[in-house]
Amino acid sequence: MSDSPAAPPPVTGSAVDELHVLVLAGGLSYERDVSLRSGRRVLDALRAVGVQAELRDADVALLPALTADAPDAVVIALHGATGEDGSLRGVLDLWDVPYVGCDARSSRLAWDKPSAKAVLREAGIPTPDWVALPHDRFSELGAVAVLDRIVDRLGLPLMVKPAQGGSGLGAAVVREAASLPAAMVGCFAYDQTALVERYVPGMDVAVSVLDLGKGPQALPPVEIVPRNGVYDYAARYTAGRTTWHAPARLDAATTARVTEVALAAHTALGLRDVSRVDLIVDAGGDPHVLEVNVSPGMTETSLLPLAIQAAGLDFGRVLGTLVTRAAARR
Amino acid sequence: MTGTTLDDYTDRYARRVRGMTASEIRALFAVANRPEVVSLAGGAPYIAALPLDAVGEMLGRLGSEHGATTLQYGVGQGAPELRERICEVMSLSGIDASCGASPEDVVVTVGGQQALDLVARLFLDPGDVVLAEGPTYVGALGVFQAAQAQVAHVPMDDEGLIPEALEVAIADLARAGRRVKFLYTIPTYQNPAGVTLSEERRERVLDICERAGLLVVEDDPYGQLGFEGEAPRPLRARRREGVFYLSTFSKTFAPGLRVGWILAPHAVRDKLVIASEAQILCPSAYAQSAVSTYLGTMPWRQQLKVYREIYRERRDALLDAMADLMPEGTTWTRPQGGLFVWATLPDGLDSKAMMPRAVAARVAYVPGTGFYADGTGAGNMRLNFSFPTPERIREGVRRLAGVMEQEIAMRKVFGAVGGAGPRRRQGGSDAPGPDLA
Repeated sequence: MSDSPAAPPPVTGSAVDELHVLVLAGGLSYERDVSLRSGRRVLDALRAVGVQAELRDADVALLPALTADAPDAVVIALHGATGEDGSLRGVLDLWDVPYVGCDARSSRLAWDKPSAKAVLREAGIPTPDWVALPHDRFSELGAVAVLDRIVDRLGLPLMVKPAQGGSGLGAAVVREAASLPAAMVGCFAYDQTALVERYVPGMDVAVSVLDLGKGPQALPPVEIVPRNGVYDYAARYTAGRTTWHAPARLDAATTARVTEVALAAHTALGLRDVSRVDLIVDAGGDPHVLEVNVSPGMTETSLLPLAIQAAGLDFGRVLGTLVTRAAARR
Repeated sequence: MTGTTLDDYTDRYARRVRGMTASEIRALFAVANRPEVVSLAGGAPYIAALPLDAVGEMLGRLGSEHGATTLQYGVGQGAPELRERICEVMSLSGIDASCGASPEDVVVTVGGQQALDLVARLFLDPGDVVLAEGPTYVGALGVFQAAQAQVAHVPMDDEGLIPEALEVAIADLARAGRRVKFLYTIPTYQNPAGVTLSEERRERVLDICERAGLLVVEDDPYGQLGFEGEAPRPLRARRREGVFYLSTFSKTFAPGLRVGWILAPHAVRDKLVIASEAQILCPSAYAQSAVSTYLGTMPWRQQLKVYREIYRERRDALLDAMADLMPEGTTWTRPQGGLFVWATLPDGLDSKAMMPRAVAARVAYVPGTGFYADGTGAGNMRLNFSFPTPERIREGVRRLAGVMEQEIAMRKVFGAVGGAGPRRRQGGSDAPGPDLA
């Protein structure tokens, strides 16, 4: 496929063998379990191509370890705030340890969905209309009036999700106004701020973007068809509950449009090395960007590994190239 | 073009596998074992209170001096020496030769969990009904669900299972033409509710079951962990027939050894052994020797006293902290033994929906929904006091109370909101795995 990156340049055995890479996974977020799965998979893949990789949690033992024996590069397989809000990247910068993926500032921007959507819209990239409100605002102003207005303005159905967070946790589709308050309460259990978005029906598609040395390029879009219609936590992480089509069942023109939009989103947010852009392709074939992930899942049922496979690439060699490039930034 | 589900076996699974899915709640428990989090969610005994040096030395000798037998296969029913020791242990609770207890009728199992599974295998056909306390042990729900049986819950109050409610449930099920096979009950220091079936009710419950032709499966892992006097005698001590008595060394010695047992009516014993051999051939000879040697050479009665003292202190720490800190409208049970307190939240709070907020505040509990087959129980939570220290318990309650206050404030802002409502669920999906401390 023309939009796919060329196979990564053969990472010479000696270069990769000399790399000492730390894979960070775990953390204290709701996605700890997912992160541990991602981390172990990354670890295995890196070792398979000869990288000396070790797995570590982001806990009090991390910084002493970085000081004692600084790795050549870090792979952040942490999901949730620690891995994605930019703060850990900022700390790694303080320790002069390079890492795969974008810098702290861009990570912070992409992690906060309302901020990211504002940047995307500014750049002319389609994203559904939205309102983002912290729960304090509801208590100050009264929930009923605000919720009524949101329904009036954005229309039904609505998508409610935490402004920060992933794996579909705390997210709900609201099809009638009466169920909006419950969705808000469910969402606020995960985050202080809720993003309420116009729900766009259509095909769920994820486009992974990789930069293996020739600039960012899109991998084949992956289409997501959850068995029960909702791509929730169970559908994401239970093999058999979702059918993935890689590449997505889109015509060439639509595929081109979708990948173009994904690349534009990656660039607009200032991302680096790798990202995953989640979109809806509506009935007219128009893409709408929902969110952009700077620390995409790497589990057995995650989208980036599927896309890498669909592109005819090897997961371990792609990672080997990414850590080699990161190490060169030191 | 076909897609992939990443599981080529999807269409081949047995019916009982449906619903075995990744669970958000299970994912949240992944954080609970981190030291930053105060976990009131586990069910682990406080193993650090064992004389670990002496136990370790004993375990070493079992390999070095007796390895030719301890590392070999054993017999399906379990080692005769251990079965005799088990009878000694049971006699402390009043189950002895006078009520027909004999080593011949003991079957050693891999923890109490295998004992439950064996009973289910012997007696449950798909569609059968099991009566159980509501709430009940989450691991039992998993076993009954795997047997494709349905669980009908019978409510409890401070004196345990309510006999009148049991009669109503039996009558209702009979009218509906359902076949009820047995009552599964944890009468003493119940998990998760922390209540104990009173002396007077024990006879009534047995009478009701006898009249209805129901077997009684009595699960008694905690009976020897009472800290306010003796517990009422087990149901099995009162009836020779019709009662299966299940227990374990997991709470009184070491869950890592996985040794439990069933005392079964004589006629059933052989079938249990055949079923167990089909499952596991034989229980671990090494683990059985470890338990026998522990009971034969170490001061295990003294150790029980140590556990009771520790757990009483921790129970008190939990109850005191709750009295001081919990928001108005919260109520809870006052266990006289065992490992758990069952809390009822103020109206409108949903323990399952609140879990992410709790994990963010670095405290964990088990939502009440884990202990019902029908997904009810959102207004409750189970709190463990056996594992965390008294100081950690108080800190955990402080965090939890803060979370509940936030949730109450949230509900005020958005008004009463209905949850997802009860639903059928896979046993265990709202409760942690066994490794959670």
